[in-house]
Amino acid sequence: MKNKKSFMENPAVQGILSALICIVIGVLIGYIVLLVINPAEAGTGIMAIMKNFFNYPIGKIGMKYFGSTLVKTAPLIMCALSICFCYKVGLFNIGAAGQYVVGAGVSLYTALAWGLPWYLCIILAGLGGALSGLLIGVLKAFLNVNEVISGIMLNWISLYCVNMLLTGVKEPSSPYTLPLTGHGNAGLIPSLGLSTLFNNDKVTIAIPLSILFAILVWVILDKTKFGYELKATGYNKNAAKYAGMKEKKNIIIALAIGGALAAIGASFLYLSGIENWEVGRSSVPGMGFNGIAATFLGALNPIGSIFSSFFIQHITDGAVFLDKTAFPSQIPDLITAIIIYLCGFMGFIKMLLAGKKKNKAAPSAETKQEGGKQ
Amino acid sequence: MEMECPYAVEMLGITKRFPGIVANDNITLQLKKGEIHALLGENGAGKSTLMSVLFGLYQAEEGTIKKDGKEVQINDPNDANALGIGMVHQHFKLVQCFTVLDNIILGVEETKHGMLKKDDARKKVLALSEKYGLKVDPDALIQDITVGMQQRTEILKMLYRDNDILIFDEPTAVLTPQEIEELMQIMKNLAKEGKSILFISHKLNEIMEVADRVTVLRRGKCIGTVNVCDTNENELSRMMVGRDVKLVADKTPAQPKDVVLDVENLTVASKNHNNNAVKHVSFNVRQGEIVCIAGIDGNGQTELVYGITGLEPAKEGKITICGKDVTNASIRERSAEMSHIPEDRHKHGLILEYPLDYNMVLQRYWQPEFTTKGGFLKKDAIRKYSDELIEKFDVRSSQGSDTMTRSMSGGNQQKAIVARELSKEHKLLVAVQPTRGLDVGAIEFIHRQIIDSRDAGDAVLLVSLELEEVMNLSDRILVMYEGEIVGELDPKKITTEELGLYMAGAKRDTQKGAE
Repeated sequence: MKNKKSFMENPAVQGILSALICIVIGVLIGYIVLLVINPAEAGTGIMAIMKNFFNYPIGKIGMKYFGSTLVKTAPLIMCALSICFCYKVGLFNIGAAGQYVVGAGVSLYTALAWGLPWYLCIILAGLGGALSGLLIGVLKAFLNVNEVISGIMLNWISLYCVNMLLTGVKEPSSPYTLPLTGHGNAGLIPSLGLSTLFNNDKVTIAIPLSILFAILVWVILDKTKFGYELKATGYNKNAAKYAGMKEKKNIIIALAIGGALAAIGASFLYLSGIENWEVGRSSVPGMGFNGIAATFLGALNPIGSIFSSFFIQHITDGAVFLDKTAFPSQIPDLITAIIIYLCGFMGFIKMLLAGKKKNKAAPSAETKQEGGKQ
Repeated sequence: MEMECPYAVEMLGITKRFPGIVANDNITLQLKKGEIHALLGENGAGKSTLMSVLFGLYQAEEGTIKKDGKEVQINDPNDANALGIGMVHQHFKLVQCFTVLDNIILGVEETKHGMLKKDDARKKVLALSEKYGLKVDPDALIQDITVGMQQRTEILKMLYRDNDILIFDEPTAVLTPQEIEELMQIMKNLAKEGKSILFISHKLNEIMEVADRVTVLRRGKCIGTVNVCDTNENELSRMMVGRDVKLVADKTPAQPKDVVLDVENLTVASKNHNNNAVKHVSFNVRQGEIVCIAGIDGNGQTELVYGITGLEPAKEGKITICGKDVTNASIRERSAEMSHIPEDRHKHGLILEYPLDYNMVLQRYWQPEFTTKGGFLKKDAIRKYSDELIEKFDVRSSQGSDTMTRSMSGGNQQKAIVARELSKEHKLLVAVQPTRGLDVGAIEFIHRQIIDSRDAGDAVLLVSLELEEVMNLSDRILVMYEGEIVGELDPKKITTEELGLYMAGAKRDTQKGAE
């Protein structure tokens, strides 16, 4: 018991454990919902979602669908990183969804209309997202406009601007943008052999790149002076000011970087050619919002975001395998939504785990008192 | 039935362990009915832990608690409340945007058809406030009233719930001398009316003045319980610290040299009202002297320090440090010559979510010693530096440099700040209430450090609300009243009473009050 205690007190262990608890509860509730609708099929249904690409035989076909999940995991990782990064500075970047839209718009437009090579498209998309984040940051730092409010508003503004922009590169006969193959070949992200490995031509180096970004964000936050300042600003703005940090500058830079991350995420998806943008769409893509769940499920750790993003994308894709004849067509999305929703309870579960330990672990009474107990 | 148990509360053989330390080791504390019982001990001696056990925040591993002679089980603060045990925490638990009355009835509101019924509550509060001399304005918002009145609100909260065992956790740490005086009177009134009071403190003079008996803790152990009338401050401090403590700091006369800080005609705007908080203040501080700004809290000292350190812009005037005009310089530029022990250690002084070593370099982390050219933190160097400071300044915590700063006791948090500021390069030390909330052992140590810093050639600007500290440390006293400096005094020639008159605005030097 003695040894276990210190093991359990490790924040990383607590994080992973609470993530697993969230997932289990989420799956359980999803299962109960299926049970209510169609008791006979519930068991196979929930298994189908959880299995995702394992529904196919292991081998070429399985790898292909595994690859598809990975293609969509890369942008989710980037969105999760965007939110995680800003959160460390005490900012809730719900504007990641809009910055993602900007990234999609800029990368597709520069690839299709200007025929730019993929790396320039990604860089320009990142710049676009950074500008969008910068705007939120400037409003926050100088006018004290809440970043959630301005973020949400900007999400819609970005959506309609991008719809307008991409109308110029859409297919004449459909509401979708032109396919990159044939109209902007240079814009396709290279795969460097990954496509043959996965038997899937959409699998590109975007996937390893997103993992590199996660490591980069972790290094910046944990190892650098810049990260020290950003986190200090997030934890205690007054103390940051006292220590001579430029807290306004930090807020703006954090949101700009967050914006760039989300936008690059979008370019990772759209420049793989797996999807085209629907210029008539009237809803902001869910990727940015799912990034919130992925961030928290990843215990606000950039490396954790890699795994949580994969899991969320895994069940999102897995929902396709639910038997359409046994369940209404809305159910797959509903089940994944429930599981993702439960991921948001991460902080709560973690608190429960930590709270349970608190009585034993808190080294002094002040801790508890200052925590605002009673 | 043993109706006539002389003790209101007994804590018998309480042992409470945390990983790595025994916070309370077989402690027995017996509170008589109607007495004021002081609990004395250094920071981290286990006072707060013991009180948390009594208040139900922690469960003891061993020992029993008895109320009126009957054994009771206290699992959470609700149990404690039900037993009539109330606590005024060091950091108040008040809703800032609620009125005094709303805060008092919070949690025990009476309602009729779901609507609040405040009339009876108001009557009861006014009656209580009359009876015990607790002056409050029931309709004022907490954010608008003084700390003293906030504390009286907390006391009324306990009385409103008919608590008869009252725990005061270092109640005087945040009060002005006048407010302390009032609180002492209030506590005596409460005891006279039959309330039993546990008074946690490490201020010996207050204990001598107000308490009947005192129990001394040291490093988690009970050293003993003595009658206040049979003891004296020296004996108590020896019991508490375990050695003789010099209550008055030795220091040689100051030998002021060049001017380090020169403030000319400084005006700083107030955040609370339209008036200026600091009005046309001029003074200087020289190498090798300690200049103390004395005054009652809220007379512009905070804003004066903000102006000098750069936390707030100066509206008018000029600030020169070591001959350089820094009126519009950034905080970082000023910090090259200036160390600053801030007034509020939680607001400005520390990042509580950071481990101790990160806080130790808060004012130095950007320097080449701790950051590589590429912008990476040199964690080993930070750790080593932090370990050195912890050792040198005897900062106690559960896990050394790794300790989450939030989990440290207030006194050790303060020591960490003092260690950081004194160890960094500086010519000017601005220390605002540097010993607030500390025990005599730590005060002695910090006073020594400040005097040594002076003797090493630093200029020291000290802002303090504690008269004793002012008289003890300063080489020159400047009294601030309503944003102006109303007197420059020599601590060797002035009495505490006279200083008090200046602080209250009853007396002023004409030539100093600019304009």
